[in-house]
Amino acid sequence: MAYSDKVIEHYENPRNVGSLDKNDDGVGTGIVGAPACGDVMKLQIKVEDGVIKDAKFKTYGCGSAIASSSLVTEWVKGMSVEEAGSIQNSQIAEELSLPPVKIHCSVLAEDAIKAAIKDYQEKNGEKNGTGAGETR
Amino acid sequence: MSVKTPVYLDYAATCPVDQRVVDKMMPFFTQAYGNAASRTHAFGWEAEEAVEAAREHVAKTIGADPKEITWTSGATESNNLAIKGVAEYLAEKGNHIITVNTEHKAVLDTCKYLERRGARVTYLEVDQGGLITPQQVADAITEETVLVSVMHGNNETGVVMPLAEIGKVCREHKVLFHTDATQAFGKIPIDVEAMNIDLLSISAHKIYGPKGIGALYVRRRKPRVRLSAQIHGGGHERGNRSGTLAVPNIVAFGEAARIAREDMAEEAERIAGLRDYMREQLTSTIEHVILNGHPEHLLPGHLNLSFAYIEGESLLMALKDVALSSGSACTSASLEPSYVLRAMGLNDELAHSSLRMTIGRFTTKEEIDFVVDLLRTHVSRLREMSPLWEMVQEGIDLDSIQWAHH
Repeated sequence: MAYSDKVIEHYENPRNVGSLDKNDDGVGTGIVGAPACGDVMKLQIKVEDGVIKDAKFKTYGCGSAIASSSLVTEWVKGMSVEEAGSIQNSQIAEELSLPPVKIHCSVLAEDAIKAAIKDYQEKNGEKNGTGAGETR
Repeated sequence: MSVKTPVYLDYAATCPVDQRVVDKMMPFFTQAYGNAASRTHAFGWEAEEAVEAAREHVAKTIGADPKEITWTSGATESNNLAIKGVAEYLAEKGNHIITVNTEHKAVLDTCKYLERRGARVTYLEVDQGGLITPQQVADAITEETVLVSVMHGNNETGVVMPLAEIGKVCREHKVLFHTDATQAFGKIPIDVEAMNIDLLSISAHKIYGPKGIGALYVRRRKPRVRLSAQIHGGGHERGNRSGTLAVPNIVAFGEAARIAREDMAEEAERIAGLRDYMREQLTSTIEHVILNGHPEHLLPGHLNLSFAYIEGESLLMALKDVALSSGSACTSASLEPSYVLRAMGLNDELAHSSLRMTIGRFTTKEEIDFVVDLLRTHVSRLREMSPLWEMVQEGIDLDSIQWAHH
């Protein structure tokens, strides 16, 4: 399969690989996907005053999955939580020129950022206030 | 020492044609271009003579009589002809076929086709090492069984089935025995008499011959195997397979078989040596590497490994200077991970993490060292990027997590 230049660029030089302290109240963690399906993404955001100051990811998956999560961490830095929550998979797919069989990688990246935001909000009592911990 | 890239480690997929083979076939395009079926002039006689010489080389490689070799377009056609041909010819006698769940699609899909037309097929299940036992075959045989089809060496893992023992069971029960020997032919010894094989599929391009030519061995005596032809026409190949013979390809197949037979022992030792060296280099320096296959019963050139916690396609991307294949779903059109590895009890995650490296005649130690270095670097890099690796390092049992399957 031929990859787009942008996918290759992100795969070879992934942005923001790493982890943030998941026990920090300002950090939201989203883990989506399943090993059996061939992709798992962990995406974390650090929020200060409603703005995403930092973002990190780790991804088990194909090059397109790695590139999708790398791209999203790059995008969300500096966004408000609301803005980040409105990122659509189609924007990711378009930016990386993903072929139809790789669209699920962009869906997973969208799910990952949403899950990280949900975790952050739950920790900070903005939803039901239970602080339910990590979102799977 | 630098190596020329890309490095080719996909000899189980296909091989370059050996220069000696090319030299041998060339004159049959432009000079000796006769139709082997032309009985009225020297062009035809010359072509026929060359075809028969090639037939002898191929036959000799498996201990058969040249009259028992039917030329086909390749092993897929040979498998189709063997299975459909026997099922159709013996339809009055019975409609049960026994095969194995790790066979090549050319066998499995042919069986599925026959199932849709009323046949009953038993798919024997392999163990973790990819093997079936002769007893499984014996237990599956019924009054209705007309054919047992078990591959010799598996294309993905290189696992070599106990053909002689299975052949003995089939002969005792008077059931025909077919084997898809595409991967094993020319690599390890095959003797159709000692192994009681009745039908055997082979292909030239896996032994440094050209693509588009293969053969089916069809036993002529004790017992005489009869087939219903699947391609009808001029009655070539004793009516088993009509169509003008591809003389240059057949000549090439004969020469490739001759070289494979004469060099087999030496070449198998050299290639298995490289394979074992590569395996040792990788497993001794990288953690959590799993061998997919059997520790002993393997073809010389196959090495199928799973690098846990890394998805196979992402590793292939890192190995862009190496030609190899993966059992990862992402590399297949179906988006399903390798059914062969799953049949051996490997979980989906490890199947996604598998790489198949197949070594051949022109592989050098320098190339192996180059690939080993690349793998060491990139396995480490990708694991640093893997959330699964991180969890394992933290002591989390991945099986304890409720993953959201999508």
